[in-house]
Amino acid sequence: MGLALLAVIWLITLVSTYFFVAKTWWLPHGASAAAGWIDGQFALTYVVMGIIFLAAQLALGYLVWKYREQPSSGPVRYSHGNTTLEIVWTTLTAILFIGLNLMGSHVWASERFSPAQAGAVPVEVTGMQFAWYFRYPGADGKFGATNPKLMDPSAGNEAAIGLDTTDPASKDDVVTGTMYLPVGREVDLHLRAVDVIHSFFVPSMRFKQDAVPGLDIHMHFTPIEVGDYEIACAELCGLGHYKMHGMLKVVGQDEFDKWLATREAEKQ
Amino acid sequence: MSAPHGPAGRRRYEFMATLAPTGTLKDLKTAVGGGGTRPPASGSGDGGHGDGNGNGPDYSGRLRRTRLGLVIGLASVTMIFVALTSALIVRRGLPTFDERTGTYVRDWLTMSLPVGMLLLNTLLLLVSSITVELARRQIARRTVLAPVESIPGVTLGQERRVPWLGITVILGLGFLTGQWLAWQELAARGFYLATSPSSSFFYLLTATHAVHLTGGLLVMLYAVTIALLRKPLPVQRIVIDITAWYWHFMALLWIYIFGLLWFMR
Amino acid sequence: MVAQDPHGHDAHAAPQGFIRKYVFSLDHKVIGLQYYFLALTAVFVGMFLSLLMRIHMIWPQAVLPLVGEIKPETYLQILTMHGTIMVFFVLTTAPQGGFGNYFLPIQIGAPDMAFPVLNMLSFWTTFVAFVVLLAAFFVTGGAPLHGWTGYAPLSALQSAGPGEQLGADLWITSIAIFCIASLMGALNFITTTLDLRARGMTLMRMPLTVWAWLITAILGLLAFGVLLSAGILLLLDRNLGTSFYVPLVVVNGQIMGHKGGSPLLWQHLFWFFGHPEVYIAILPGMGVASQLLSTFSRKPIFGYRAMVYAIMGIGVLGFMVWGHHMFMSGMSPYSAFAFSVMTMAIGVPSAIKTFNWLGTMFHARIRFQTPMLFAIGFVSLFVSGGLSGPFLAQPVLDIPLHDTAFVVAHFHLIMGVAAIFGIFGATYYWFPKMFGRMMSEGLGRIHFFFTLIGTYCVFMPMHYLGMAGQPRRYSQFTELAYLHHLIPLNTFITYAAFVTIAAQFIFLFNLFWSMFKGEKASDNPWEATTLEWTTATPPPHDNFGGHTPVVYHGPYEYSVPGAAKDFVMQTDPAGVTAH
Repeated sequence: MGLALLAVIWLITLVSTYFFVAKTWWLPHGASAAAGWIDGQFALTYVVMGIIFLAAQLALGYLVWKYREQPSSGPVRYSHGNTTLEIVWTTLTAILFIGLNLMGSHVWASERFSPAQAGAVPVEVTGMQFAWYFRYPGADGKFGATNPKLMDPSAGNEAAIGLDTTDPASKDDVVTGTMYLPVGREVDLHLRAVDVIHSFFVPSMRFKQDAVPGLDIHMHFTPIEVGDYEIACAELCGLGHYKMHGMLKVVGQDEFDKWLATREAEKQ
Repeated sequence: MSAPHGPAGRRRYEFMATLAPTGTLKDLKTAVGGGGTRPPASGSGDGGHGDGNGNGPDYSGRLRRTRLGLVIGLASVTMIFVALTSALIVRRGLPTFDERTGTYVRDWLTMSLPVGMLLLNTLLLLVSSITVELARRQIARRTVLAPVESIPGVTLGQERRVPWLGITVILGLGFLTGQWLAWQELAARGFYLATSPSSSFFYLLTATHAVHLTGGLLVMLYAVTIALLRKPLPVQRIVIDITAWYWHFMALLWIYIFGLLWFMR
Repeated sequence: MVAQDPHGHDAHAAPQGFIRKYVFSLDHKVIGLQYYFLALTAVFVGMFLSLLMRIHMIWPQAVLPLVGEIKPETYLQILTMHGTIMVFFVLTTAPQGGFGNYFLPIQIGAPDMAFPVLNMLSFWTTFVAFVVLLAAFFVTGGAPLHGWTGYAPLSALQSAGPGEQLGADLWITSIAIFCIASLMGALNFITTTLDLRARGMTLMRMPLTVWAWLITAILGLLAFGVLLSAGILLLLDRNLGTSFYVPLVVVNGQIMGHKGGSPLLWQHLFWFFGHPEVYIAILPGMGVASQLLSTFSRKPIFGYRAMVYAIMGIGVLGFMVWGHHMFMSGMSPYSAFAFSVMTMAIGVPSAIKTFNWLGTMFHARIRFQTPMLFAIGFVSLFVSGGLSGPFLAQPVLDIPLHDTAFVVAHFHLIMGVAAIFGIFGATYYWFPKMFGRMMSEGLGRIHFFFTLIGTYCVFMPMHYLGMAGQPRRYSQFTELAYLHHLIPLNTFITYAAFVTIAAQFIFLFNLFWSMFKGEKASDNPWEATTLEWTTATPPPHDNFGGHTPVVYHGPYEYSVPGAAKDFVMQTDPAGVTAH
């Protein structure tokens, strides 16, 4: 039985570890400026936890086999513990865990403690059951007022977010169902939700933030590679949660400007 | 390799024995050893029972245990009000995004509280706290002196006993009535449950307190009932004792709630 | 100073009648069994629900016998009820209400709980809560779909989805009733442990199971009141127009009548309860694991004092980390940092316990009866589940991992498997004492291996799915292109779930068959040292047959050098090094 346990525990451990190491299923390719830092911290945590995982499970399997009761077993080593050992491994664990945390904290700080830099592209992201809408403020750089009384989801885009067309700042606002961003520039997101909590999740950008009704949350990230990236909703929002998705298209600055201009023109 | 175990030689369905209890805890006649701290309570009068010399249930142990249970239970009641307090503070300070103006606004409407009524109710409750304390001490004295009273020919003074417990019940009902009237007055001033978060919390906190107070009143009525049924004095004493402490807690809690609602109105 | 108890108890007349003996019994042993069987029913309901979920995730269009076609909202309703039933009516009920009720008084040498009537009431209140919860399935609209976490405004708005009308009100009511039941139970456990210990049973001689039940009860005492308050606020928002949690919202073009409320308020209140709750779910299992590892290794638990401090540390820190469920919520990033540090800190006592479990087996003589198999499995699963914690505890890593299958892997390995292994281990271990017979070792082994391998096959791959970005609570993976390549792995998990669930019927059969046909058990078949093994099997009504035990030793005196046998019972006056 000891051998069976060792075999099963070791097998489970080694097979799981193989797939972790081989990255058979892995994070999607990172395409934002922060991805490098985040992935680095992830890798560090991964390696440390991986070593502990292997050590603990292999030790468990080994101990269970080695100290199985047999006629030839030696006497049990009667002991209530070892205080020195307790202090040592407690301290080491504390240093390791808290140290790991502190090492990642500068990434968190840079992502979240400071607002977007000047010159970032402002985009307002609005989540509602079950779609994302993206609003660009246009030439005046100001988002026009919205009014809940004017919201009509079935009409889509401007009407879905209740854009108040009587507000002069609204005239040049563009609302779309697809998000376009210019590569290499930081985006200053304004995250909003209309009905329940949603979460704006772009795996390739290593970006996630809940969109909460009643709040206008500012976040930022910087896409650094051109491409199409899927957006998923990552907070249970109702029966359509699984299909509340969007698309982020990161394009060159020129193409972005052209696209925006075309959208503005369509509005007139 | 299995551990040695021999035949038990028992009745066929002995597992059923666990489902066939042979008595109840209250039939126990002797004390069970206490925790590793101190011997059974010999505080403000114990019944002289359960000292290990033989007969009689361990009432002093039960009193101690019930008081301990009450303190522990009050910790959970406290947490309910801690949660409501923190909800109040958060909600009061919290602005939400108003889309039309594009700014954050607060919607906490200042209430005009029916202070007179509330102060009257507070007075009622404080007085009732005094009367219930008198009831508590009264039953404690009677319990301690009961063995003396059983000596033929011996009587103690005070044949007429003031019904402190009954007075407390009346004052408690008065408090609840007064709270109801305070609600009416607040509603007359235009503050209903959903009018503003401030009024929501007012009704919620006072109602939660009133519910707990009513529980205390029901236990008092139970105490009156078992007195009429002539249950043993120490049993009555335990009920009245913890009711009294519970009642004091309710009074202090009310002062806290009143203060909170006033300063955060 | 400890009170004397020189006297025995009188024999008592048995309560007559089925109702007094079995239904409204005041005997903690009967009540413990009632809780256990309630949890057993709940776990099979919950498991059936998870089976439906796994089937739907792979075959969304499937039409099942009896159930019919599962629509996306039905999937979410099933998901919500699965979580609620498992967390409350299995993990908070069986380890604490079930085994705690049965064995806490016996292990400390008491004849019953401090307040037997309250104990009886707490069980029946729990039962009522369960019935109210299940009723949600049968009302118009059905069960709520907002997840066991019930985030507002989704849970606060009747029009936000199917099931969010009466079903959601019943869900909240059930939970509120459950809170009251738990508070009653917690009060009883704490008073009993503090006041009814037998002579010689000092705090530092209590078995680790008792310590676990005590700290769990304290956590429950302080946490459930907060959940109750949160639930009342939610009921008010849903039905009486208040705005605690709901700001101005527009659902499907309709403006709702709320304004100014804060969805984050719900999250704070819920998780202030919710995090201690998960420790409530695991601590008793840790206590049982310690008990079993020591007993079946024939060696004292390594570092008893450290284990006690670790349980306390987990309890205290458990109240300071709730924000780690809210890193992405819109909460202040500075708070997030503070919560994150506390969360890493709570990993330390858990690690200590793991080291000590391993240390217990070092230079031991391990016996592999079924209880021990589950204890060993517990350690392995706790390591696996626990090590994904430090990922989630770092906010910056939580960004890609929050609300993905990675989180599902983390909490299922710990709560959904390790804690369950604690319950299984306890069942196989204490079955002889409760029912006077042994469970089948052969069936136990088969059950163990299928379950260990099966649950690893179900939950370990979810880490990979989470890293690849598969979100939680998705009823199917057909709509997002980047999820398509994950469907084969999801299919593997579903098949593994079939096998694992099937294996649980082996346990069920073993349990009931052994009650009637199992080999008769002696009073102490495992040669264990704690007080329940000193008394008759099953224990008499007052637990010790008229005499009150006196305790001379700590609970883990195995293989004491110079002792006659390889174990010294706690009540054995023969000398051992004073402890």
